[in-house]
Amino acid sequence: MLEEIHIDLPASNEAIASLPLGSVVYLTGTVYTAREGVYHRVLNEGHPLPSGLADRSNVNFHCSPAAAKNEVGGFDIGGVTATASFRFSQYLAQWLDLTGTKVIIGKGGMAETDYKNILAPRGVIYLTTIGYGTGALLGRGIQDVEAVHWLDELGIAQAMWLFKVENFGPFLVESDLQGQSLFAQQGKTINKHLDALYEGLKEPALHRYGETKNRTDELI
Amino acid sequence: MISNQTIETAGYEIMKKAAIDIPEDYLAGIKATAAKESGELSGFVIKTMIKNYEAATSDRRPMCADTGLPRYYIKVGDDAAFEGGFTGIERALRSATARATHDVPLRPNRVHPLWRTEHNNNVGINAPEVEWTFEPDADWIDITTVHKGGLFGTDYRMLFPGDGIDGIKRFLLDTLISFGKRGLCCQPAIVGVGLGGSKDTCMQLGKQAACLRVVGDRNPDPKIAALELELMELGNNIGMGAMGFVGSSMVVDLHIEVGHTHTGGMPMSVHTFCLSSRRATARVHANGTVTYRTDPQWFTPYHRRETVDWAGIEGAEAHA
Ligand code: SF4
Repeated sequence: MLEEIHIDLPASNEAIASLPLGSVVYLTGTVYTAREGVYHRVLNEGHPLPSGLADRSNVNFHCSPAAAKNEVGGFDIGGVTATASFRFSQYLAQWLDLTGTKVIIGKGGMAETDYKNILAPRGVIYLTTIGYGTGALLGRGIQDVEAVHWLDELGIAQAMWLFKVENFGPFLVESDLQGQSLFAQQGKTINKHLDALYEGLKEPALHRYGETKNRTDELI
Repeated sequence: MISNQTIETAGYEIMKKAAIDIPEDYLAGIKATAAKESGELSGFVIKTMIKNYEAATSDRRPMCADTGLPRYYIKVGDDAAFEGGFTGIERALRSATARATHDVPLRPNRVHPLWRTEHNNNVGINAPEVEWTFEPDADWIDITTVHKGGLFGTDYRMLFPGDGIDGIKRFLLDTLISFGKRGLCCQPAIVGVGLGGSKDTCMQLGKQAACLRVVGDRNPDPKIAALELELMELGNNIGMGAMGFVGSSMVVDLHIEVGHTHTGGMPMSVHTFCLSSRRATARVHANGTVTYRTDPQWFTPYHRRETVDWAGIEGAEAHA
């Protein structure tokens, strides 16, 4: 059985340090969503962060919720699912420095070099959602929308949402404070067998760029 | 006479059903896949997904918050009588899309590709797509919605006749390995392979093979059926399971659809229908009643007709 760990937010440095790679994590407290729309707005356009963000949450969820306004002026959150994180690598060093974020939740992880160079040196770990389509389970963990910022400017999918969560998960610990990556470790095991799969299958007549990186090569 | 209102209501219902309830055939398929899984992490992922489907159904919330790109496939019986013309049906389905997007709620995923602007309702230019086919000897209209997610897991390649089955296998492996890493295509998936046609037909056939055939369904050509099973096994022997962890759960089922193609080529497309394989079908009967199901029954014998005429092809009713 995989180890199961519950953590209160904001996540303490000790709690973060105690999480082994590949363990299963549930969170209780406040998480915020931010992806390219928010990063661009703050880091490139220079808009200030919502005040008090750093005190309220140190968990950045790469997510767009399925949300709709309800009659009482609040929001109904249907499901929440993470979006692929590797695309946000360019923003992260600056973002982590600015916000003091310690945990990133997303889909698919990031490059191991990002963990070693950007996340781990700042005491930050990465949790991956599971599946990745566990939108309904994650939706259950959301108790309330604490706040939403830049809804008009960025739209539902890109706005910054603050969610009050309870037993929010499950997530898997994908990177630790040494900058190790669970995906990379698993990938190495799988990669060992890949060549054998192609053995005896003849190559196609026409190649593609990608199979050769040299654009002066002919593909036939 | 089938009214636009009936179409709108049926469209709205299948939008909800698709987003929330995992089709039984896929659920059974994924349970069978899980039973064979020996990778601890991959097995854990699938067990969690099964809990997620249960949560979605009991809470009436979308199984995945990326509610995909909602779209429709319509099959109109030759004898179906409906008001408002074809555009009336299209208007009703645009309305159903907007309403369901608000009520479920679905994520308003559809944005303009350049300006990133949206109407917050999944309706826009060429969205939702509506594909039309027809069926002889029938007086109903079948409407299927598919909410396919995924920026990942689809690829196309122009192969040549001489590349043969080896070429098909290599390209399948290339696609599954590249998008399977880290589980970008949210496997285990229903994989659709399109072979032949022109390039756009090839893409369309692969997509429809993935999204409009149920787990366990085999192509009526016995040799293609055998190839489906062979390619499925190939995919499950990569050594990769859910989320790209070590394991065997890559392909829940694999479907091949073919179209006659240029004599010099063998174009191939691969599509993966993810862990949220969302589809639902409504049959609107001539008397205005509606019945719901999860098998689109899209590839009827008529749909796969091969000659100028189609006399002797068993009727749609017999197939259904
Ligand atoms: S690929 Fe499917 S399961 Fe994965 S996030 Fe997208 S819609 Fe959800």
